[in-house]
Amino acid sequence: MSLTGFGASAPRKEDPALLRGEGQFVDDIHFPAMLHAAFVRSPHAHASIGRIDKSAALALPGVHAVFAFADLPEPVRRQTLPLLVPHPSLRAPRMPYALAKDEVCYAGEPVACVVADSRYIAEDAADRVEVAYEPLPAVNDCRAALAPGTTTAHAEADSNVAARFPVQVGDADRAFAGAAHVFRERIYQHRGGPFFMECRGAVARYEKPTDAYTLFVSSQGSHRLKRCLLDMFDLGDHQVRVVTPDVGGGFGPKGSFYPEYVNLAFAARVLDRPVKWIEDRRENFLATHQERDQYWDMEIAVDRDGHILGLRGELIHETGAYVPWGIVLPWIAATTVPGPYVIPSFKLDVVSVYTNKIQTTPVRGAGRPEAVVTMERLMDRVARELELDPAEVRRRNFIRPEQMPYNVGIIFRDGRPVTYDSGDYPACQAAALEASGYDGFRQRQAQARSLGRHIGIGIANAVEATGLGPYESATVRISTSGKIVVYTGATPQGQSHKTTLGQIAAEQFGVGLDDVTVVTGDTAAISLGIGTFAARTAANAGPSVHLAGLEVALKAKTIAAGMMECLLEDLELADGYVRLKSAPDVRKSLREIAVRSVGMPGFSMAGELEPGLEHTAHFTPAQSAYSNGTHVAEVEVDIETGAVLILRYTVAHDCGRVINPMVVDGQVIGGVAHGIGNALFERLVYDDQAQLLTGTFADYLLPLATDVPRIDLVHLETPSPLNPLGIKGAGEGGTIPAIAAIVSAVENALAPFGVRIAEAPVTPQRIVELLGSHALGRTR
Amino acid sequence: MTDTRTIRVHVNGKAFRGEVETRLTLVDFLRHELQLTGTHVGCEHGVCGACTVLVDGASARACLMLAVQCDGAEVSTVESLASGAGLNALQQAFRDCHGLQCGFCTPGMLMTLTEFLRDNPDPGEAQVRDVLSGNLCRCTGYQGIVDAALAAAKRMREVRL
Ligand code: FES
Ligand code: FES
Repeated sequence: MSLTGFGASAPRKEDPALLRGEGQFVDDIHFPAMLHAAFVRSPHAHASIGRIDKSAALALPGVHAVFAFADLPEPVRRQTLPLLVPHPSLRAPRMPYALAKDEVCYAGEPVACVVADSRYIAEDAADRVEVAYEPLPAVNDCRAALAPGTTTAHAEADSNVAARFPVQVGDADRAFAGAAHVFRERIYQHRGGPFFMECRGAVARYEKPTDAYTLFVSSQGSHRLKRCLLDMFDLGDHQVRVVTPDVGGGFGPKGSFYPEYVNLAFAARVLDRPVKWIEDRRENFLATHQERDQYWDMEIAVDRDGHILGLRGELIHETGAYVPWGIVLPWIAATTVPGPYVIPSFKLDVVSVYTNKIQTTPVRGAGRPEAVVTMERLMDRVARELELDPAEVRRRNFIRPEQMPYNVGIIFRDGRPVTYDSGDYPACQAAALEASGYDGFRQRQAQARSLGRHIGIGIANAVEATGLGPYESATVRISTSGKIVVYTGATPQGQSHKTTLGQIAAEQFGVGLDDVTVVTGDTAAISLGIGTFAARTAANAGPSVHLAGLEVALKAKTIAAGMMECLLEDLELADGYVRLKSAPDVRKSLREIAVRSVGMPGFSMAGELEPGLEHTAHFTPAQSAYSNGTHVAEVEVDIETGAVLILRYTVAHDCGRVINPMVVDGQVIGGVAHGIGNALFERLVYDDQAQLLTGTFADYLLPLATDVPRIDLVHLETPSPLNPLGIKGAGEGGTIPAIAAIVSAVENALAPFGVRIAEAPVTPQRIVELLGSHALGRTR
Repeated sequence: MTDTRTIRVHVNGKAFRGEVETRLTLVDFLRHELQLTGTHVGCEHGVCGACTVLVDGASARACLMLAVQCDGAEVSTVESLASGAGLNALQQAFRDCHGLQCGFCTPGMLMTLTEFLRDNPDPGEAQVRDVLSGNLCRCTGYQGIVDAALAAAKRMREVRL
């Protein structure tokens, strides 16, 4: 293993520029004559729109234009934003227009776009745009939204149901009829947001000579954004280029297509100047997609020994005002519930519901944390009722490694049966328990309790579908300067693609990481791409780089064999040369070979080879690969203040073969922190008219350095058989079981008071409420 | 309605004298007037710490200060940390300890820690976490940042010995 190749904790290529303040984030991009946009956003969660008076705004010096829906060009006015993942169960898919047409359906929905010399002036002008709103009743709760004859989130709609669909495995009702025990839990997971540190933003340019747009945008998928723009403006492939510079975090919602981007592109063309828009944090709270918000009403049937016989129930999922990602969230949630356990029968009725809030689309974990909270709460319930150790109940129900590959019996969102490719779930839990000192906990707990301290432990297991298809692209090219460049459609937001994909290529050519440049997220550099979300890049782009690199390496050797008049088998690649194994001094540089490969003007190509030292691969996995993990949280709860201190946090994680252990550890630890936020603090409070009351980081609390403990990590490696490198995804594995483990630990700590928790977050305030007189008794 | 004032400030040792709008924030002044884009804006309400710079040696939130308030002051930004092409000890420790992922919070983290390590050359982990609790990072879970601060403190102590 080299210091920088596959499996090495190579230092990141991304770091030096970012550490010197030389990163190029979208707001760092500046063009001469650039203008700045600000949006007029609806103050109402639901209203119809009448006249829009722009005159006062336009009168302000420095204002160049104010656009409302009627000012948009024809193909844009004709259609709503594209629905990314349609599904037959979506009866009436609602999507927004680029600017609100005659109705606004959440507070923060863009109504008009102002373009001015500076952001300061654009905001002044936005304040002066007068919109005649006719407020309509707003729907703020997805359960209430299901009541017959209730208010609808869209005025014209006859109900708030976006989609209904069943998930079914075996005969659950029969399993319940014959069960020794049946337990029921109602579980709620509250919405949270991505809250990346860099808000969204974009700069649009229009080039008259080529009649083409360029959009620099802080996004997770340049190619998808490009396709959306082509659709909106009805353009040819050559007319849009989307480039993603450094991106300050994404966590899901930067993968969506937003109305602001359409407006910027349009403004840049009509004003013939570059136009920039950078979302501010207030807008980010109102207008960037969020997630979670699910109510589960579930029953579990078990036999006398705690073996699961079946699960059944209902899932109410809040989609918010629109459905850009269709039903992927409730679908992923529903299919993740079984997790690492043998579940012979399963029946779930899923309903996705419109409300007048910003839409919910995937946020780190994408429906899986909710599913894991649900399943693990049920497991804890079984343990409690049967007086078994929570670890033992889980042990009894694990899918065994010899059952792999294991077909769960459900169809996943990629259209394939959920079939776990590999993994050793009992070993994973055992490793986590061992590392967390689980066996000694009951003693620690008794001791703490005797001192009046309330500590608790919680376990959560999860299986995560990763490496979602359809493919991710990579071109490996050696230019005539001899430099190796990898182009990929994957679009990083901190996951270190330039390092990890570079490591895979460096390995192929026997060079150092410094000799490889990785270009990400530019639609002009590579024609196809999907983007970075759902822990998919390493498992898709990784194999693509590997396969493309193999082809190019073979071609380099073939050309060199011709130049050196020797056999292919006698050659090897090292340090930027193809050389004779037996006499390393006899060699040709990649530069010479690359020059030879492109041919000379007017001369025939030698041999049968296609010109150029490059190859593009689109690795297309047959199905998702399944990572898994066990989290064990040990917490202490202060019963006077409701504060939770995480004393110890252990993760055992299996994401197949690891390209760069340092990077994977960082992804997992960062993910746990996100889960800690969701478990303990992050709460978006809305009033009964669906107005957000927590719109700053002073009200909506992200976890701090003092909230996140040091995290102990154990890695297990069961390679995936689905790709040539054995990789599975790692980007969300830290978040998915974290909420469940922490909620479970808090409940365990409060067991002497009979406190039961079936919700997240459990904020200090909520804990004090749940403790009731036990808490108040102390503080009074 | 634009109200302007003339200010003089030193930024990273270079003098600036010129007219600015009184409502211009320090961070916008640094980023847009001086093109020093290393300092980032994460919240514009003083909570995230991404905009942290040093004003006369003390850390300050550049989103909560106006450029005119810096008249006569010495401002240091992330661009001042490394001399030449390299990284300083703290920056290098961030790289060694995986103290950054997307890198957006990083300039603010570096400036907060620059002040902290200057005043506390031998801090414990709890102290480091305490001072970092004024800077939000959504990517790293802070562990790499804490490790980087401790490693940098150690290295800087060794150099001083
Ligand atoms: S931008 Fe200044 S503290 Fe967040
Ligand atoms: S590294 Fe992304 S916010 Fe800190």
